[in-house]
Amino acid sequence: MAKDLYPNKDDLQKFVDARYRTAWVWQTVFLSALLIAILALSALILNVVDGAFGYVVYEFKKDPALVSEKPIDDLNQTELIALLKDNLSRGAYNKLNNEKVMETRSEGELYGLVIERIIQVKTLKTYPLFESLFNRAAIEAEVAEKFPGARLEFRSWLTPDFLTTPMSSRAEFAGVRTALFGTLWMVSIAISFALPVGIGAAIYLQEYASKKSLMNKIIQTNINNLAGVPSIVYGMLGLAIFVRAFEALTSGALFGVTDSNGRTILSAGLTMGILVLPLVIINAQEAIKAVPDSIRQAAYGVGATRWQTVWSHVLPNALPGILTGSILAMSRAVGETAPLIIVGASTFISVDPSGPFSKFTALPIQIYQWTARAQSEFHAIAAAAIIVLLVLLLTLNATAILLRNRFQRRY
Amino acid sequence: MQTETPQYAIETRNLSIFYGPFEAVKDVDLKIEKGKITAIIGPSGCGKSTLLRAFNRMNDFVPTSHVNGEILMHGINLYSKEIDPVEVRRRIGMVFQKPNPFPKSIYENIAWGARINGFKGNMDELVEQSLRGAALWDEVKDKLKESAYALSGGQQQRLCIARTIAIQPEIILMDEPASALDPISTLRIEELMQELKQNYTIIIVTHNMQQAARVSDFTAMMMLFGETRSGTVIEYDKTDIIFTRPGDKRTEDYVTGRFG
Ligand SMILES: Nc1ncnc2c1ncn2[C@@H]1O[C@H](COP(=O)(O)OP(=O)(O)OP(=O)(O)O)[C@@H](O)[C@H]1O
Ligand SMILES: [Mg+2]
Repeated sequence: MAKDLYPNKDDLQKFVDARYRTAWVWQTVFLSALLIAILALSALILNVVDGAFGYVVYEFKKDPALVSEKPIDDLNQTELIALLKDNLSRGAYNKLNNEKVMETRSEGELYGLVIERIIQVKTLKTYPLFESLFNRAAIEAEVAEKFPGARLEFRSWLTPDFLTTPMSSRAEFAGVRTALFGTLWMVSIAISFALPVGIGAAIYLQEYASKKSLMNKIIQTNINNLAGVPSIVYGMLGLAIFVRAFEALTSGALFGVTDSNGRTILSAGLTMGILVLPLVIINAQEAIKAVPDSIRQAAYGVGATRWQTVWSHVLPNALPGILTGSILAMSRAVGETAPLIIVGASTFISVDPSGPFSKFTALPIQIYQWTARAQSEFHAIAAAAIIVLLVLLLTLNATAILLRNRFQRRY
Repeated sequence: MQTETPQYAIETRNLSIFYGPFEAVKDVDLKIEKGKITAIIGPSGCGKSTLLRAFNRMNDFVPTSHVNGEILMHGINLYSKEIDPVEVRRRIGMVFQKPNPFPKSIYENIAWGARINGFKGNMDELVEQSLRGAALWDEVKDKLKESAYALSGGQQQRLCIARTIAIQPEIILMDEPASALDPISTLRIEELMQELKQNYTIIIVTHNMQQAARVSDFTAMMMLFGETRSGTVIEYDKTDIIFTRPGDKRTEDYVTGRFG
């Protein structure tokens, strides 16, 4: 055999070095890719956090000191009610009392009313977090020059109250409660539609349908493609079908609801359900595929029917995977915005949805609307709402990961 | 159509098995004796597993496969239209090459098959009987509720045998049941087969010539032949004849290790 078909002693070191250099170059490329990804994600998070906290310049229309001798913070319920009675016009007070009897309102609620209706806080300017932290002197100088007499305060726009107060036209008093409920309702409806239908379809495709039939191949390809259809198209579909064609059903007219049109939570939920359906099907199919054939053969081998095999062996073993996929589909539904705009989310509602036939808004819609406003305080609460949305999504995804790890099977 | 003599448990006539256009097994005529162990031997790819799976219609799950000819059991063709393959598999149990217990408890591995087949007796008794029948009872009697996956490979295979005998089939098919096991586990399975043949007819595929010689009463030798490379049975006789004075030169070469 010829001796020098491979690098010999002298060349060998060079050859090995060259291979290590190539390996090093590729490793560096991959590492940079990772760093870019991390950078992009950090930028996103920093940007959101930057908006949700920071200095705010505000003034009072009425000085609290003139309204009450005691600091308003220390007033109890009866004192707060008295304060409201004294300072509001009779009509305004009665209107509030009709909405909800004063004596039944909590101290926090009354305090909010006092601030909103009597003191009348007006936000003049907000500063983002990093500017607030690192450029405090400049901010103070600007406030002193431009807004003499105004107050400067460091504020977190994300507070427990922010979660529990309904929508308001004033950013200072607005919360995401209405939107949060809307999102929860909508996702529940979407999932109760998509889960059974999706799992059923996946079982049929994996366990019953002949893999060879052209029809089934076409269906499978279509499902895969549907998962990639832009969400706005689903919005159009929802508008045409649920809002318009099935208005009698989705508005609740069939069930005796009269004051509603088709732009309800039900329409939105069903639209989202259709949107995530291909995802649920594909994920469930993957989970079912992952159940080894040897288990099916074992079941058939002892005389099981197809259904017994699916029900007792395939489904239980695929369930964790199916659930994981469904939770991921849910988080997709939580985050989608475009279809909701098309289907007709309300621009302003401050009452909690009471059922499937209520008008609705949802977290992403709320964020979108707030971001579109001109005043900077709305941008701040939009950032706070984004944090709420992100936490919700992360919780869902973390649950999915936990489920997956918890039930991961070795066959 | 009572053409079958009662001494045979199952019988094939002109049996050919196809995967798509490929004829994997061609023209097999076998009469499997009742209450005996029949070994199927032959080189890799000659269609042993294909033939074995045809007996309990497991090939139905390969969408491309189809069968020509007949497999008769009690004189009835298992491939005729009115036969339900689920019923066939209940009568003809199967033990696979790789142990494949259900990812459930040991108890449930045996009880499930019995339950879906409408077993009405005492389940605890059945589980114990089956495990004793598969020579596994003493090893697992204290951990019936534990996962079958915690058992060793050899124990898992015996569990699969127990699961099969629990539904009281007439015939048990075994496709290289000991190929994943160590010599001791293999020996136990072989001893077990000797006991099982009192009540069951066993058909076993094996690559191990000594095993075939040791355990079986009859041996079918399969071989690829012809342009199409289809497998067929070239010789079928009592095991001692196959191993001592085979009628076919190819059989002799194969069993003595000079071929295949
Ligand atoms: N599911 C299938 N689809 C298509 N062809 C198959 C399938 N299963 C087996 N075959 C083909 O049929 C022929 C016989 O295969 P089979 O598995 O029966 O051989 P075997 O004798 O059991 O081999 P081994 O001893 O290696 O297990 C082979 O050519 C194989 O490629
Ligand atoms: Mg084989």
